[in-house]
Amino acid sequence: MDDIVIQAEGLTRKYGDFTAVHALDLSIRRGEVFGLLGPNGAGKTTTILMLLGLTEPTAGSVRVLGLDPARRPLSVKARVGYLPDQVGFYDYLTARENLAYTARLNGIPRAEAATRIEESLRRMGLGEVMDKRVGAFSRGMRQRLGLAEILVKRPEIVIMDEPTLGLDPEAAREFLELIRGLRAEGITVLLSSHLLHQVQAVCDRVGLFSHGRLALVGPVDELARQVLGGGYRIIIEAEGEANLEQALGRVEGVQRVSRTGPARFVLDAAGDLRAAAARAVVDAGGRLLALASEAPSLEEIYARYFQKEASHAGTA
Amino acid sequence: MLAQRKASGPMVSAERREGSPWTGLWAVVSKEVTDYLTSTRMFILELITVLTAAGTVFVASGRLRETVGQDPYLFLRLFTTGREPLPAFVGFLVFLVPIIAIALSFDAINGEFGQRTMSRLLAQPIYRDAVLLGKFLAGLFTLALVLTTIWLLIAGLGILRLGVPPGGEETARVLWFLVLTIAYGGFWLALGMLCSVVFRQSATAAMAALATWLFFMIFWGIVAGMLAQALRPVRFGLPTELLAQAQLEQALSRLSPNTLYVEATVALLNPEVRSLGIVLPTQLEGAILGAPLPLGESVMLGWPHLVGLVAGTLLLFALAYVRFQRSEVRA
Ligand SMILES: Nc1ncnc2c1ncn2[C@@H]1O[C@H](COP(=O)(O)OP(=O)(O)OP(=O)(O)O)[C@@H](O)[C@H]1O
Ligand SMILES: [Mg+2]
Repeated sequence: MDDIVIQAEGLTRKYGDFTAVHALDLSIRRGEVFGLLGPNGAGKTTTILMLLGLTEPTAGSVRVLGLDPARRPLSVKARVGYLPDQVGFYDYLTARENLAYTARLNGIPRAEAATRIEESLRRMGLGEVMDKRVGAFSRGMRQRLGLAEILVKRPEIVIMDEPTLGLDPEAAREFLELIRGLRAEGITVLLSSHLLHQVQAVCDRVGLFSHGRLALVGPVDELARQVLGGGYRIIIEAEGEANLEQALGRVEGVQRVSRTGPARFVLDAAGDLRAAAARAVVDAGGRLLALASEAPSLEEIYARYFQKEASHAGTA
Repeated sequence: MLAQRKASGPMVSAERREGSPWTGLWAVVSKEVTDYLTSTRMFILELITVLTAAGTVFVASGRLRETVGQDPYLFLRLFTTGREPLPAFVGFLVFLVPIIAIALSFDAINGEFGQRTMSRLLAQPIYRDAVLLGKFLAGLFTLALVLTTIWLLIAGLGILRLGVPPGGEETARVLWFLVLTIAYGGFWLALGMLCSVVFRQSATAAMAALATWLFFMIFWGIVAGMLAQALRPVRFGLPTELLAQAQLEQALSRLSPNTLYVEATVALLNPEVRSLGIVLPTQLEGAILGAPLPLGESVMLGWPHLVGLVAGTLLLFALAYVRFQRSEVRA
């Protein structure tokens, strides 16, 4: 129970008739990296704002570190770091000055703040430019400055809205590396994104958002089992006169076979069935050319989930 | 569990909030003051005011030098003497102070949204109260600093040019005048803040604030006159009718901060002024015409005006406060 640092129950936010977030239940444990995923307008930002007490929920309750952000906003904000999407800084101030302001707002004593600021700027790779005006910073530098600001607070929870938005792949990779560093320190991280492979790389668990509802929650491989029906996918290249597709389909544990090329088959499987699949090909008189297995990507889960949803909507 | 929370709108819960609403206030004030004092905007404003101050003092002292030794309030005349086509320093202040105040405040809040710093700011352990009040106080402090500089400049120039130092009462009057001018500036500062909360575009906010200023500066006097004529028409030319109309016109015109400021200034800087209302001949009986009022009574004459200005400021600030507390912060 102590372990839950963010808890939402029946969290709802309406804008007039429009429900942006609908009866959301969510609990996040200490030290985990949680990813909120969903298409544009799904309600990710709204949820984050409610967790921080920046927007009041229409209904439901939130507990952050056991506190209600609407009633104890100061305690919550002192212990939670927030990186908004498209974070902005005072362009006419230097990186150091920007963070010094934040430190003062947090009531950190001046001397202590100075060392913390320098330390976190260096850690974010901004040591060289800490006395340059932020106006001259690139998008990636601003993003890292945002994270540096959060580190100055020494938070227990870090909430990031689309942290890799607008970063080039290299910068995004570096940024994710930094996030992993936070987790190593035992900081709980909640981030929203629609860049799935990145989320997959850092998140312990993800929540799939759709139209204001949290449709699926869990570790990526568990979601794969739920949505794709299997945790694994096996790619087989094989030739032969026999009906290999049928033969593969009969293998125990295979949920689905699809032919993606003249001699290429993709199996959705409950586990690593490479050996069994190879035997099936050989038994059916086929020639095995290549065999590979890959963990399911979030991208697929995501695509499949929304595909299903659309087809349900279409038939309903 | 928390379903009993009132549906009165965000952030306006009746229960007591945690900690002081002013947590972080001084951090905001000192950052904003530093910003102001180092900004180009400030430099331009100071340049303008210093030039007007110097210009008007030179004009006034040129005329006053002829009367040194005869006028007991020579020093006060520095502020009130002009020469065509230049108005006196007071005349300049009436329109200069609002412009300075608006220039200081029109982008206070929407500027933070524009730079996308607002959500980062409000994610720190402070209340919105501290942000709004901190920015207002910083503006007021900066304004007071500018005005005080100008006052000192005028005093210094005046002493140099006239060769006579001001007396104690004159100094006190001039200081009261400074307080009054800051209060007048405070009103326009609050108006600029309100506009900066209401309009998301800084340019729109500036235009709206300036339009209000223009309205009070030019049109309100005309409107007040027309309203008085319509509501208290003079049908038979009776003195009571004329009086009623004039009184209504004055009451209406006092809804304008400019009128309040000018009237109170007149009382403070002209000790001979015994009343700011419409003076009937009967009321003049017994009063020695031209005998100056003591300082305390001059201040009392302008006191309601000063209170009016402060009340207007508080009202505007309260409106801005309510709007700001309710606004959603996404950027
Ligand atoms: N102030 C508002 N008034 C009305 N509707 C709003 C308001 N703010 C947000 N919405 C709606 O709420 C829904 C959820 O918005 P939200 O910003 O939470 O989405 P998101 O998941 O963060 O999307 P994105 O990936 O584009 O950032 C959207 O459909 C949006 O149009
Ligand atoms: Mg968003």
